[in-house]
Amino acid sequence: MHWYILKRLAIVPLMLFLFSVIAFALIQAPPGDFLTSYIAELAQGGSSLDQAQIDALRRQYGLDRPIYEQYFLWVGSLLKGDLGISLEWRRSNAELIGERLLLTLALTTGSLIFTWLVAIPIGIVSATRQYSAVDYLFTVLNYVGLATPNFMLALVLMWVAFDRFGVSVTGLFSPEYAQAPWSWARFADLMSHIWLPMIVLGVAGTAQIARVVRANLLDELGKPYAEMARAKGLPEWKLVLKYPTRVAIAPVVSTLGWYFPQLLSGGLVVSVVMSLPTVGPLLLRALVGQDMYLAGTIILIFCVLTVIGTLVSDILLAVLDPRIRMDAA
Amino acid sequence: MTLPTRTAASPAPAPRSPAVSERERGGEPVLSVRDLKTHFRLDEGVVRAVDGVSFDLYPGEVVGIVGESGCGKSITMKSILRLVQPPGRIVGGEIRYRRPEPVGEARRRYKPFEADLARLPPQGRRMRQVRGGDIALIPQEPMASFSPLHTIGEQIVEAIRLHEPMPKARAREVAIAKLREVGMPSPEQRFSAYSWQLSGGLRQRAIIAMALACNPSVLIADEPTTAIDVTTQAQVLELLKRLQADHGSSILFITHDLGVIAQVADHVVVMYLGKVMEQGPVSDIFHRPRHPYTRALLKSMPSLHSEPRVALPTVAGSIPHPLHRPRGCAFHPRCPDFMPGRCDVRVPALSAAGGRSPVACFLHHDEVEGGGHDA
Amino acid sequence: MQPGSELVPVEKTDRVPDGAGESAEVVAAGPAVYVAPAWKLTWWRFRKHKLAVACLWVFAVVALIALAPEFFATQDPNATAASNAYIPPQTVRVLHEGRVTWPFVYGVRGERNQRTLRMEWALDEETRYPLRLFARGYPYRLFGLIPTDRHLLGFEGATGRDTPRLLGTDRLGRDQWSRLMYGTRISLSIGLVAVALSTVLGIVLGGVSGYFGGWVDNVIQRLIELLQALPPIPIWLALSASLPRTWPVTWVYFAITVILALLGWTRLAREVRGRFLSLREEDFVTAARLVGASRSRVIFSHMVPSFTSHIIAAVTLAIPLMILNETFLSFLGLGLRPPAISWGVMLQEAQNLQSVVNAPWLLIPGLLVIVTVLALNILGDGLRDAADPYSS
Repeated sequence: MHWYILKRLAIVPLMLFLFSVIAFALIQAPPGDFLTSYIAELAQGGSSLDQAQIDALRRQYGLDRPIYEQYFLWVGSLLKGDLGISLEWRRSNAELIGERLLLTLALTTGSLIFTWLVAIPIGIVSATRQYSAVDYLFTVLNYVGLATPNFMLALVLMWVAFDRFGVSVTGLFSPEYAQAPWSWARFADLMSHIWLPMIVLGVAGTAQIARVVRANLLDELGKPYAEMARAKGLPEWKLVLKYPTRVAIAPVVSTLGWYFPQLLSGGLVVSVVMSLPTVGPLLLRALVGQDMYLAGTIILIFCVLTVIGTLVSDILLAVLDPRIRMDAA
Repeated sequence: MTLPTRTAASPAPAPRSPAVSERERGGEPVLSVRDLKTHFRLDEGVVRAVDGVSFDLYPGEVVGIVGESGCGKSITMKSILRLVQPPGRIVGGEIRYRRPEPVGEARRRYKPFEADLARLPPQGRRMRQVRGGDIALIPQEPMASFSPLHTIGEQIVEAIRLHEPMPKARAREVAIAKLREVGMPSPEQRFSAYSWQLSGGLRQRAIIAMALACNPSVLIADEPTTAIDVTTQAQVLELLKRLQADHGSSILFITHDLGVIAQVADHVVVMYLGKVMEQGPVSDIFHRPRHPYTRALLKSMPSLHSEPRVALPTVAGSIPHPLHRPRGCAFHPRCPDFMPGRCDVRVPALSAAGGRSPVACFLHHDEVEGGGHDA
Repeated sequence: MQPGSELVPVEKTDRVPDGAGESAEVVAAGPAVYVAPAWKLTWWRFRKHKLAVACLWVFAVVALIALAPEFFATQDPNATAASNAYIPPQTVRVLHEGRVTWPFVYGVRGERNQRTLRMEWALDEETRYPLRLFARGYPYRLFGLIPTDRHLLGFEGATGRDTPRLLGTDRLGRDQWSRLMYGTRISLSIGLVAVALSTVLGIVLGGVSGYFGGWVDNVIQRLIELLQALPPIPIWLALSASLPRTWPVTWVYFAITVILALLGWTRLAREVRGRFLSLREEDFVTAARLVGASRSRVIFSHMVPSFTSHIIAAVTLAIPLMILNETFLSFLGLGLRPPAISWGVMLQEAQNLQSVVNAPWLLIPGLLVIVTVLALNILGDGLRDAADPYSS
């Protein structure tokens, strides 16, 4: 088991390196740089800079150095723990990202837990009551859930909440708590707001995972070891939960590695629509404005979180399935 | 679809022990199946997988159910254990089970029990007690029948504690003792092994140990020799015979292998397309087969004494699709002694009239299924 | 299986080889065996799946709209008229004053709210415009070739600037119904083109990886893992954001398809590779090699046909994903941009609660997205089930 984990851990630095290169390349891809968009923005506002000022700014931000030098500068400061400064906001990235990252993680993990808590039982019920009314209902909901873009769901729910209940469900905090320091009251306020985005975010994944669980479980229920357990005299519900379900769920656990980045990504879109103070809208702005350090850092953070997610899922899978632990065929 | 084969070299069944069997003594059967009907309602029609099967199983006896693939022997077994899932259900007949009194010290804990298993709710407490506790299954695929995520020891302990509540530690000891009894080397270590870590022969022993865990009175062996090679097969059959002698249990042996039947069975039931064609003591079936199907099966087995360079006789034609049963006797399209006007019109009943053991053929009597006589 | 006239019964007779002796028997001819090519079998199985067939029809309708959107539209989708902003949908009705009549729409009357200085519209039940089929409307070229001015729907008594708006208008006064029709073409075609690109990439790389194994397989697998480990949306956003604002619409269109395909090919490649790996071990492949078939013959005549149906099913299931992805990219403003029209671009008008509250009908393109994606998903599932020879 330990070998297995060590092997997975060994790849991580390499992947991070590759990711940093990719993130950097992506940020540099658009023609021009931060200054060109900044100048354009200024021009729209009516002011402008003269060439000397432009050159000075360029030097100040290191934008006149060759690309690979900029890359190493960036990575160097990252490794030192300095996340750099946002060109646009003129504040440290760490400060900007800080709390938003926390909220992003809260939203993402919350959705993940919600998804599993809902999808797995739905899958189990669907499989054990195949072709019943409940199964059909869940199947329909699954299909619709998969087909609905999550931002659409967010918009519709927001509209319904506003139209019917007069409640505005944007943001994650009520106005009085928005900038306040952390406290239990603030936490409670967060909880009262976060459930809707969590559900919206989790719907597509829930549908997918419920389908996978149902399909896997249907496969496993007919297998000889399930028959054998019945032949031993185990009551049906007990045997379903103990044997085929564990086998059926194992692949779901392994999808954590894929699902976590999906949630992170999806959260981005939902956050934009619902005006949530998470990392997503920040990234969007940074990309549009070519705020290089900020965008690059955020993308790299996304990648890191993804890698962690994959690692966690691999470990969980090994815990659940002894065949993987012991390298069985 | 496999035709029955013979694996052993001997052309004749092994001689039975001289002790008089319960059956001949006129005792009470442990399991009495009467006119069992299990049908599957599919979109394309009704498949009569088991269509009026009757036989008895006496204490200490081995009854072999033999037939080609698709003849209904597995479904019969599943019906007895009430494991048939929708769209299949038992639509008629009865399965009378009577718990026999054990010998020796187990007599103290004996609780008499008798019921028609076909009438019990399949998931109810009583049927679940019978399943595994009184009637245990030795399944066809030992590896696939163990959960890959749990050790075999855990699963045997579970079987034990299901039918006789006891602390885990004691159950563990019982399980290890059972493993030792079936000849598993190093049973304490093997207890913590996973099924995929064991070789074929050991897995077979493990699954037999699990079946025996609760000292059942009836063992149903579902094609236990199909998935293994001949040497292991011989070992497994030896083991089964020894266990049966030690515990006095009855065995319902389901197979398509006539050679194995010859070695272990006392009484044989020959099935075709959901019906019993012939049944009787093993010597009668092998030496004096009466039903044309039984005769064809026996003729089709290769033996050391067959003529060389001659094509093996086969049973002509192939098994009809269960949705397209032939009219009258199910075997008539392939029967060399087919009598037009009789065999393709009425269904012969399984009757002992005109001989010693019951046979379903108009060659030997004219009783028709459902009562009455053929004109 | 339904034996039809296309099936060929094959007569079987068992003859004992000569020289076996006098006691050889000739077994009578066995039952007839019917044969049909694999795709036909798949099609028959698929047909039994009523729901999937229904979804095929739905998709056919959407595809038809995509092929000739002008025919289904009622007015120029790009015509803006600030004074016509946010007109509510003028839906087709059949009941007027309690009686069933020929389908028609009510007119609308607009009044400028003196406080907010915005136009406010209400249905005018005095004026009615009966529906006309195959009516004359604005001129266009069908399929880009045939000049005509016939449209599927038209309204008697109201043409040109007064043509009723079946689904209302947006912020710039553009007719939503016509935009929806035009948007279908772009949304659907982006999905198809992106999937086509990623299919080619996926099959080639997946096949190479699976068939050759060894270090080629290793390299490609690591690449796939790397790509799959990237969080897709930030990468897409970054790529799309890097497209210069000055690019013409068509360039942006193709760039978007390439971007979508670049991250989407990995799924298909993995499936293809998986199939190749398992097929390699199949006995029929070994048999083909033993008979002396060349490598390419083994691949193309033996292996490929056995998973073609799976590929088709996988492709059908990939299209809705691409459609969804393009939709939200455009929704965020980083995909297609006006004057291009796609469902995502239309939904951009409904980006926040304020707009939705003012004009809920702006969400209707999302409904079409859901329906199309749903239909394609069910269709793809049905195809996949039908293509699998081992499923019940």
